[in-house]
Amino acid sequence: MKGMTVIVKKTTQLIAGIVFLYGIYIIIHGHLTPGGGFAGGVILAGSFILLILSFGSDFINLTKEEAGTTMYENLAILVVVFLAVSGLLIGARVFFLNWLPKGNVGELVSAGLLPLFNIFVGIEVASSILTIFLALVIFKEEISE
Amino acid sequence: MRRFDNYVADYDINKRSFMEIAISIITGLMIVGALYAIHARDLLSAVIACGIVGYGLVICFLLLKAPDLAIVQIVVETITLIIMVAVVLDSSREERYSKPDAQGFISIATSILILVVLFYFFKISIESLDAFGSGSLRMAGPYIEGAAEKTGSANLVTGVVFDFRGYDTLGEATVLVTAVLGVLTILRIKGKK
Repeated sequence: MKGMTVIVKKTTQLIAGIVFLYGIYIIIHGHLTPGGGFAGGVILAGSFILLILSFGSDFINLTKEEAGTTMYENLAILVVVFLAVSGLLIGARVFFLNWLPKGNVGELVSAGLLPLFNIFVGIEVASSILTIFLALVIFKEEISE
Repeated sequence: MRRFDNYVADYDINKRSFMEIAISIITGLMIVGALYAIHARDLLSAVIACGIVGYGLVICFLLLKAPDLAIVQIVVETITLIIMVAVVLDSSREERYSKPDAQGFISIATSILILVVLFYFFKISIESLDAFGSGSLRMAGPYIEGAAEKTGSANLVTGVVFDFRGYDTLGEATVLVTAVLGVLTILRIKGKK
C-alpha cells in the first residue's frame, strides 16, 4: 500500500496525536461522561489506522506491530478476567465485586474498580481492531508479492 | 438527582410527538439508503449508501438521549466504511449480475414468505406494546434509583455495563478476542515462517 500526498501526510501529523489523546480522555473519563472502554478503544485504533493509511505500509514494520498488538490484546483480556475474579479472592464470594473504595461520586478517582475495567477493556478493543486492520493489510501485501 | 418517575413523566409529555416524527423520517431515509445499496451497480456507491444506515442510526441514538451508543456507533461506522472502501477500490467496482435460475426463484419465493410471516408477527407484537417513549422495563427503576451510590460511577451506563451486568461485558470482550483469532486464522495462512 502506497502513501498519500504530502498534504494528507502533513494533516495526519497534526491530527493523529490529538485523536490519540482524545481516545485516552474518553477511556479515562468513562465513569464520568459518555463513552468508556469500547468507544475510546476504537478511537485509539483509529489514530493508528489514520497513520498507516496516509504514510503507507512501509512506514512501519507491519509484522512486528501485529505481534505487539496481539500480545497486548491477550494480556488486557487476561487482566480484565483477573480483576473480575479478584472479588472472589478478597472475601465476599461474588464475581465482578466492586471491592475498592467508591470515593466521591463525580471525581476522577472514584467508582472503585470501574475505571480499571474501562482502561483494560480500552486497551483490548484498541489492539483487537488494530490487529484486524493489520492482518488485512499484511494479507494484501502478501497477495501482491 | 431526579427521581425515576419525574424522568419518565417529562420524557413522554413534551418531546414525544416531535421525536416520533423525526425518528420516522430518519428511519425512512435509512430504508431508502439500504434499498439503494442493494440495487446500485457501482459497488463504491453501494458502500457509501450503507453509510447512510449507520449515520442515520447515530442521529437516532442522539435523539433518544443515548450518547454512549452514539459515540461507539459513529467511530465503528467510520472505520468499517474506510475498510470497505479500501476493499472495493482494491477489487472490482462492478457487481457481477446473473439472471436468476429455478433455484433463484425458489429463494425469492421463500424470502417473500418469511417477510410476510415476520410482518404478521410484528403487527401482533406492536399492538401489545406501550406507546413510544412511555412505559419502561421492570428492571429500569431499580437501576436508575441509587445507582450512583451503589457503584460510585457518575455515568449510569458504565455503572450498569461494568457492575450490574459485568458478565455481559466480559462476554462481549471475549467475543472480540475470538473474532480476532478467527481473522488471524483465516488471513495469516502463510503465517510467520
